[in-house]
Amino acid sequence: MVSNYTAWLGRGPLRWLMCGLMALAAWPAHALTPEQAFSLASGDNDERIAALQASLARGDEGLAVFLQALLGEQVKISGQRVYIVQATGAQDAATGAPVSVPSDAEDVINSNQMRREIDAALASLKLFSTDLDERRQAVRFLSAEGADESRLPLLDKALQAEPGADLQAQLQLIRATLLISASNSDRDVRIEAARTLAQSGRTPAVHGLLLARLAPSEQGGEPDATVRRVLTMALSQVESRLAWADRMGVLFTGASLGSILLLVALGLAITYGLMGVINMAHGELMMVGAYATYIVQNLFKAWWPGAFDAYILAAIPVSFMVSALVGVVMERSVIRWLYGRPLETLLATWGISLVLMQAVRSIFGAQNVLVENPSWLSGGVEVLGYLTLPYNRIAIVVFALLVLAAVSWLITCTRLGLFVRGVTQNRRMAACMGIHTARIDTCAFALGSGLAGLAGCALSQLGNVGPDLGQGYIIDSFMVVVLGGVGQLVGTVYAALGLGVLNKLLEGWQGAVLAKIMVLGLIVVFIQKRPQGLFALKGRSAEA
Amino acid sequence: MSPAPASASLTPAAWAGVSAALIAVCLIVPILNLAVTPGSVWHLSGQTVQLSGKIMCYALCALAMGLIWGYTGILSLGHGLFFALGGYVMGMYLMRQIGLDGNYRSELPDFMVFLDWKELPWHWALSDSFIATMILVVAVPGVLAWVFGYFAFRSRIKGVYFSIITQALTYAAMLLFFRNETGFGGNNGFTDFKRLLSLPLATPGMRMSLFVLTGLVLIGCYVASRCLVHSKYGRVLQAIRDAEVRVMFTGYNPLHYKLSVWVISAVMCGVAGALYVPQVGIINPSEMAPAAGIEIAIWTAVGGRGTLAGPVAGAMLVNGAKSWFTQALPEVWLYLLGGLFIAVTLFLPQGLAGLAQTLHGAWRRRNGNRAAA
Repeated sequence: MVSNYTAWLGRGPLRWLMCGLMALAAWPAHALTPEQAFSLASGDNDERIAALQASLARGDEGLAVFLQALLGEQVKISGQRVYIVQATGAQDAATGAPVSVPSDAEDVINSNQMRREIDAALASLKLFSTDLDERRQAVRFLSAEGADESRLPLLDKALQAEPGADLQAQLQLIRATLLISASNSDRDVRIEAARTLAQSGRTPAVHGLLLARLAPSEQGGEPDATVRRVLTMALSQVESRLAWADRMGVLFTGASLGSILLLVALGLAITYGLMGVINMAHGELMMVGAYATYIVQNLFKAWWPGAFDAYILAAIPVSFMVSALVGVVMERSVIRWLYGRPLETLLATWGISLVLMQAVRSIFGAQNVLVENPSWLSGGVEVLGYLTLPYNRIAIVVFALLVLAAVSWLITCTRLGLFVRGVTQNRRMAACMGIHTARIDTCAFALGSGLAGLAGCALSQLGNVGPDLGQGYIIDSFMVVVLGGVGQLVGTVYAALGLGVLNKLLEGWQGAVLAKIMVLGLIVVFIQKRPQGLFALKGRSAEA
Repeated sequence: MSPAPASASLTPAAWAGVSAALIAVCLIVPILNLAVTPGSVWHLSGQTVQLSGKIMCYALCALAMGLIWGYTGILSLGHGLFFALGGYVMGMYLMRQIGLDGNYRSELPDFMVFLDWKELPWHWALSDSFIATMILVVAVPGVLAWVFGYFAFRSRIKGVYFSIITQALTYAAMLLFFRNETGFGGNNGFTDFKRLLSLPLATPGMRMSLFVLTGLVLIGCYVASRCLVHSKYGRVLQAIRDAEVRVMFTGYNPLHYKLSVWVISAVMCGVAGALYVPQVGIINPSEMAPAAGIEIAIWTAVGGRGTLAGPVAGAMLVNGAKSWFTQALPEVWLYLLGGLFIAVTLFLPQGLAGLAQTLHGAWRRRNGNRAAA
């Protein structure tokens, strides 16, 4: 395609000029003339494309409608006149007046190349749309497509018309990418373009372009020394920006993983901290929460499709309640007989986890089920150029913080929390003070299980929901509890976020598996120094 | 858990049991399998022999777990790792024994040809030699256990913390072994073995030899463990289990006791793995899955902690049930296994051995009452 344009550019600079003059003369609004409509609809590919580009550069009114019709094979030609024939009737392509089509009218056939061109033209016409989203789409299309020089006039026009500073900057960037190429003979323009790139270039594509321009001049690189200097400067700036975006990306994925670990580990910290119960079924309680979300989603789909986007808001309390209920049943039936025997609870809860997993397999099948994101959680926000932060991950970070706030409020400011802390610190003394420790245990276990349900609800927004959902996170979250120490939530928070970021940092460096192994090694080494974890309640017991 | 009697480590009853086991393994099973004609009611099929050999390997693991958990109070969820390491060392030797008979007719094991590797990686250097393999079967789990145990016990990590960390260890190792780059065949592991000591593996004679060998190792380990727990050393172990701090205050350093029994236990598991692989014919990273490690604990718990015969019996029972259920009623098995975990911890904290003792005591009392009346 590119060679077509350059060939054409070489062939008819005069025509370019004429088009430009015509555009100037007809400014601001220029309607499609019958001649132009004709040149768009007939002739060989190259001529039609040229006409299309020219028309695009002028921003002819009615062009979009005409192009749509061309794509829909609704255009006919008879003599020099062009008609749009639709089910509702025929009209003149240029004037839009209703007409009757002569019987000798022929269909306009578009080659694949022509279709692509029309597609692209329609997309770039959106640059002038009044809708911000459409313009944004068009800009994204242009920068992804790697627009060529034929788009320059269009870009210039769009730049003038664009009100938003953000999109203007992006358009500038695309323009600079075009201007910097070797075929542009004006040195100053190239320098200017390089400066623009240095200012706002932040994608790997720009980086690649700059590298290509800095290749030795025999290989098509930049011949002029001054321009090269500016290019080198631009390259280093783009590189540092890319490095920052990378670092931000690692930090964000780390924070995302950390917040998931936090959600999982909060519940564990409560059950373990309070009762010394290592709950191996915690992961399965998460899975129960995720399946509860799945059921709520299906109910909304079946009974209330209009409010589908809100299902997640209903799923949050439901998943909490369902998991908490399962937790209460577990505690009342099994765990309360095993207090003071942590190793036995470990085995018994493992047994419960097996039963829960198999039960879910029996009910829902062994295959993963699909939990859809509500529309406001799909997609993402673009920061620093090419780094996209998905909304669902952002939402989970926020959600984890909210849950953390709620839990710390519950633990520090409520009567239940006071009791929980009392039992954690000294169970017997708390019992002597009249606290019903068994009831506190049940409440706390329900709370911990409910938190697992919330974690499951959050995880359902990230990926597949299957019977094995809990297994993947459980070991990591135990590491969080071991590292964070027992008795204070702050340890869990630091450990979760720290492990999350550390994991992702090492992952970028050594790959996921080695990163996990290294993290484990670091934890073992760390525990040498602080066997009680990061934060531990101070006590005088030799057993501590 | 009552302290073991200070008398001789093997009571007459125990001697009788060990002798019976020896006779069963070395005489009865070989005769029933090899000498009795296949049509007879008394014939033991090769499949049964293979299954029994496999279960005896598991029983060896349970015995090791009984030492470390039942007698020292340290619950390891990482014994699956030591088992698998022993198995992998053996597997490497068996892979090399395939020689040029692999699918690709290459000197290298098939999976390396498949990965387009040109030569053996460094850690395969000793895999040609049977002697070196035997040493490594003991050394690899032993050294890993020593290093890990030293750091863990030195900083007095114990109880559930230790369990969790051992579980994380085996999980990390599983991830490592799943990678093709690690050089252990990725998630397919090793399989398609042909020969052991240049003798073909798939013959009734070889199967029986492996079975007898496994049985002898199991019985030997049982007798050795029994001597161990009845010695002074064993009594210190039990003291550590019951009150570690008091042991420290009376002037013992628990580190060396815990570390040594931990290494012994790991080595036993490694040996069990090495015996397991030629009989079962495959080893892959799923043996290191956290679930595999925790299952060893349940065999021991079912059999009874604080005894040695208990875990062996527990492993045989649970695995026997598993192989029957996974064929007959596969969906039910996980419910049953899960229920077993719950029921044993709730109702049978001393396991079947404890149950047997209680019943035996009740029977004796009843008889005593009757005699008095």
